[in-house]
Amino acid sequence: MDHSLLFKGIPPALIFIVGGLLIPAFRGKLKLAYMLALPLYAFFSLLQTPEGNSWHFSLMRYDLILCRIDRLSLVFGYIFCIISWIAVIFALKVEDDLQHVAGFVYAGGALGVTFAGDLFTLYLFWEIMAVSSTFLILARRTMSSQSAAFRYIMVHVAGGLLLLAGILIYIHDTGSPRFGFIGLSGTASYLIFLGIAVNAAIPPLHAWLQDAYPEATVTGAVLLSAFTTKSAVYLMARAFPGTEMLVWLGAVMTILPVFYAEIENDIRRVLSYSIMNQVGFMLCGIGIGTPLAVNGAIAHAFCHILYKALLFMSAGAVLHVTGKIRCTDLGGLYKTMPLTCLCCMVGAASISAFPLFSGFVSKSMILSAAGHDKMWVVWLMLQFASAGVIAHAGIKVPFFTFFGHDSGLRAKEPPLNMLIAMGIAAGLCIFLGVFPDPLYRIMPYPVAYVPYTGAHVVGQLQLLLFGVLAFSMLILSGYYPPELRAIDLDTDWFYRKGGKLFYRIMDSSLNGLNRICEAIFVRGLAGSLARLFQNAPRGFSMGVSPVGLGALAAALLLTALFLLHLI
Amino acid sequence: MKKELTLFDKPRNVRRLLRLFYGMLAVLLVLDLFIEKHADFPWEGHAGFFAVFGFVACTLVIFIAKLLRVFVSRREDYYEK
Repeated sequence: MDHSLLFKGIPPALIFIVGGLLIPAFRGKLKLAYMLALPLYAFFSLLQTPEGNSWHFSLMRYDLILCRIDRLSLVFGYIFCIISWIAVIFALKVEDDLQHVAGFVYAGGALGVTFAGDLFTLYLFWEIMAVSSTFLILARRTMSSQSAAFRYIMVHVAGGLLLLAGILIYIHDTGSPRFGFIGLSGTASYLIFLGIAVNAAIPPLHAWLQDAYPEATVTGAVLLSAFTTKSAVYLMARAFPGTEMLVWLGAVMTILPVFYAEIENDIRRVLSYSIMNQVGFMLCGIGIGTPLAVNGAIAHAFCHILYKALLFMSAGAVLHVTGKIRCTDLGGLYKTMPLTCLCCMVGAASISAFPLFSGFVSKSMILSAAGHDKMWVVWLMLQFASAGVIAHAGIKVPFFTFFGHDSGLRAKEPPLNMLIAMGIAAGLCIFLGVFPDPLYRIMPYPVAYVPYTGAHVVGQLQLLLFGVLAFSMLILSGYYPPELRAIDLDTDWFYRKGGKLFYRIMDSSLNGLNRICEAIFVRGLAGSLARLFQNAPRGFSMGVSPVGLGALAAALLLTALFLLHLI
Repeated sequence: MKKELTLFDKPRNVRRLLRLFYGMLAVLLVLDLFIEKHADFPWEGHAGFFAVFGFVACTLVIFIAKLLRVFVSRREDYYEK
């Protein structure tokens, strides 16, 4: 049998979405095998498919391309399949078809966006992503997750509408739905940029992320951390490379969340701020736009998906076994969960870009690109943010969860499947850090970058370890901001409080109007008419009850008003 | 009964860890003097630049975060009210 035929050509998005919808049809061990096989099948199918466009459709007079395979889309395709597979292993024991189906459809949406060759297809999968990911939050089935999911979908519907408006104007302007480089010029491009910016969590449009991800299910958050922001990074790399505004937005984005992450109590919210920080590095690289910078951004997205999923898995494992996720409730867990602790520390070392861990070989490309272009302000901002990463994700997350004060919790390690998933992710983080070549080989541009030079290794280690020194000194001297049971206001305040204010204004104005009308017309005018008829001579009222008369009077009054209005 | 790790309950181990850590810092500073630099910016070439930068940046991050807390920190039930 010809194996290439078995694997070739089926768009990975369809494998995930159609395959995912069939999950409830399977039972028991067969179901587990089926779920594990789907991402692998999609991955090998990608490996076999040659570059180029396939699966053309014609809609009205437009040519739609479901599957555009080139070097840029392939990188994201590979990592999306890999992380889905790891996430399936992590979620293997979850007995909730809703989550499994939503997860697969969501991953399929991200793959559909990645391989979309035209803007209509892109929009379709974009919305599939938004809707299916909402179920990963809803599936937590708590009061706060329900309302967070509602806010999440509202923000993404708004973002989707911006994108759609941009797409329609763009197609009207250019006459073609082909999706390629767009560049910032004209209304259409700005609308498309804004739509993508919502999903990329560019400030001030970022707060949905930190609002929703910590409310998702243990396994759902792992998927969420991978797809929405990174598919937006892919779109930026495709449509807006070399856009100067992205350099600055990205640089600001690396710094802003660092402060929040430092004071936030919920570990998964700390990690959510850290996603924003890391996506900032990627967007900055895309904005710089040189081959080295874009390669750096893409490589960083690849590495980031792995170590961020690893961090979300270890935080999720802690939540799964202890039921707690706040710094104030955790601490000292290394005693009974050493393997989870180790995995978390590998993730922390990778995100902090320690030499021999994956973040080092990718992030340094972006910094070098900023350096080669003599962008000294950007370079300093990114270095500052790098020091910020070691402070919040590098030390804070493992320290307050697994060390710090002993919370008294003596939780067991999570189930084996969770440990295996974390182990695979941790292994990949180290593998890529030690042998970056396979990663460099699949980058969109040829890579001639050497991450391991003496100066670079020593410089990075100094930056990180002296950062750790500062952290330890501040902890030991008591200057470090104490863990507090509190939340921190962010830009979601505007729509959360604004929404309530809007509701209250509408409530008091419209319902107030109602009350006034009722007082004047129903109780006032109609009432007095009713009293008039009641007190009128018996023969006139002919036994009709006062209530009926009141209603009649009100009806007459309304008819009169209506007629007046017509005139 | 599963045994639990008590590695860092012993002050002696914590002291050892800290000594190892300080040792690494010292080695890094010494290494810096002998390494060939290929700096994009003049300040990158100075010995110990990254050490000072890392220390100052981390301290700044933590102090700014502390200041930020004054403005943005609210009770946990803030949005439920």
